[in-house]
Amino acid sequence: MTNPLPPPSGMLAELTYRCPLSCPYCSNPLEMAGRHAEMSTQEWKRIFSQAAEIGVLHAHLSGGEPASRRDLLELVAHCAQVGLYTNLITSGVGLTKKLFDDLVAAGLDHVQLSIQDAKAESADWIGGYPGGFAKKLEVAQWVAESGLPLTVNAVIHRANISRAAAMVDFAVNLSARRIEIAHAQYYGWALRNRGHLMPTREQSERAYAEVEARRVFYKGRIVIDHVAPDYHAKYPKACMSGWGRLTFNVTPTGKVLPCHAAETIPGLEFWNAREKSLAECWTDSPGFNAYRGTDWMKEPCRSCERKTEDFGGCRCQALALAADPAATDPICSKSPRHHLIGEIAARESSEKVEGFAPRRMAPTKVADEV
Amino acid sequence: MSEDNFTAESRPFLLRGVRLKHDLVRKCWVLLAPERFLRLNGISVDILQRCDGSAPLTRIVDELADKYRADRVVVERDVRALLAGLLEKRMLAL
Ligand code: SF4
Ligand code: SF4
Repeated sequence: MTNPLPPPSGMLAELTYRCPLSCPYCSNPLEMAGRHAEMSTQEWKRIFSQAAEIGVLHAHLSGGEPASRRDLLELVAHCAQVGLYTNLITSGVGLTKKLFDDLVAAGLDHVQLSIQDAKAESADWIGGYPGGFAKKLEVAQWVAESGLPLTVNAVIHRANISRAAAMVDFAVNLSARRIEIAHAQYYGWALRNRGHLMPTREQSERAYAEVEARRVFYKGRIVIDHVAPDYHAKYPKACMSGWGRLTFNVTPTGKVLPCHAAETIPGLEFWNAREKSLAECWTDSPGFNAYRGTDWMKEPCRSCERKTEDFGGCRCQALALAADPAATDPICSKSPRHHLIGEIAARESSEKVEGFAPRRMAPTKVADEV
Repeated sequence: MSEDNFTAESRPFLLRGVRLKHDLVRKCWVLLAPERFLRLNGISVDILQRCDGSAPLTRIVDELADKYRADRVVVERDVRALLAGLLEKRMLAL
């Protein structure tokens, strides 16, 4: 690296993997550490303080469901105190009106609420939690009343894709300022459930166009962040805006990672914020430096003019689909393995939607990560 | 929404959850908003610090034209461009 490393701007704090819902596309790992392995309040506070010191602007408090932590209020108050812009990423389930009001008073800046669908019955089926949809409506109303900005987040897949655009309308009715429409990305649980989630090319294209049309229609009323469907794209996404470039994740047990799925790449060494400072984990950990910048690239990325735009796509996807984490992401039409994508998409989109592998903690495996 | 939504009497203000911060690490001012931050140049900071919901657009432009000894027309164009962008991104209201 010739240029000095710029400071990270965002930190995703996965406070816990515990969650009352069981979304089949959850980005959490297949093996999730349980409560006993989670970091303490003091450990998280120290990490948030260090994050602010090294230049993090946004702290995203996530999970699992962050409200599963009893110390959520204390952590939010601490983030606000050290000057972090504090974002709560929640399913809404587990929040009470009292806790929400206390979070606002403690300095919470923004709420990102996930929805599973625009229709109650389907939403509750996808999330595997009866009554979840009604609860989300309630939470959205609290946020609107508080004046805090609300972002609605919806992951799009075969079971809800015909209502992708309806979810934008739904978010407008909830007075959301932003909506993220994210076509499912196949890592973690979503990879396991790919055969149940993958829409057809026609479905993807129609949903994409319908959501884009809403962008014009609702201009100035709601901001639409639209994450395009990967498997039907020509170029990959700049995964995490580039590996170790702007943001990092901290897992419930303190591992500092460039993205959710980074630990699926064998042989990479990541450090733990329990043992080292965040600054060291960010700057010096071998795992972060392995795919930073463009020096590690092979052809066709190495000589491609888009290499500082998409950074060769996703390392985890390159591993999963090309068996080489330093390969060009096969989503890219320049990848020699690009034909695989079309084949997988066509095959997997033809299965029937039933029998997701529900996201679940595996209590026997929890010790692995520590 | 376009720039046409502003009148001389519009009183712009940053919406809740959108705030200015002087970033000691990057040594510049930033505008923090949901999932976004914008690095601000000196003029943008001057503009946004005046968007308090009580100052009308005319006064903001007058003050800045004065401070920078610049042509009022040019200043007004800059102010409107910045604010229109933030209005569309739902960071600002009138
Ligand atoms: S994606 Fe669903 S299961 Fe996973 S943490 Fe979010 S709400 Fe819980
Ligand atoms: S070849 Fe690599 S850098 Fe070029 S577009 Fe494809 S993934 Fe991006």
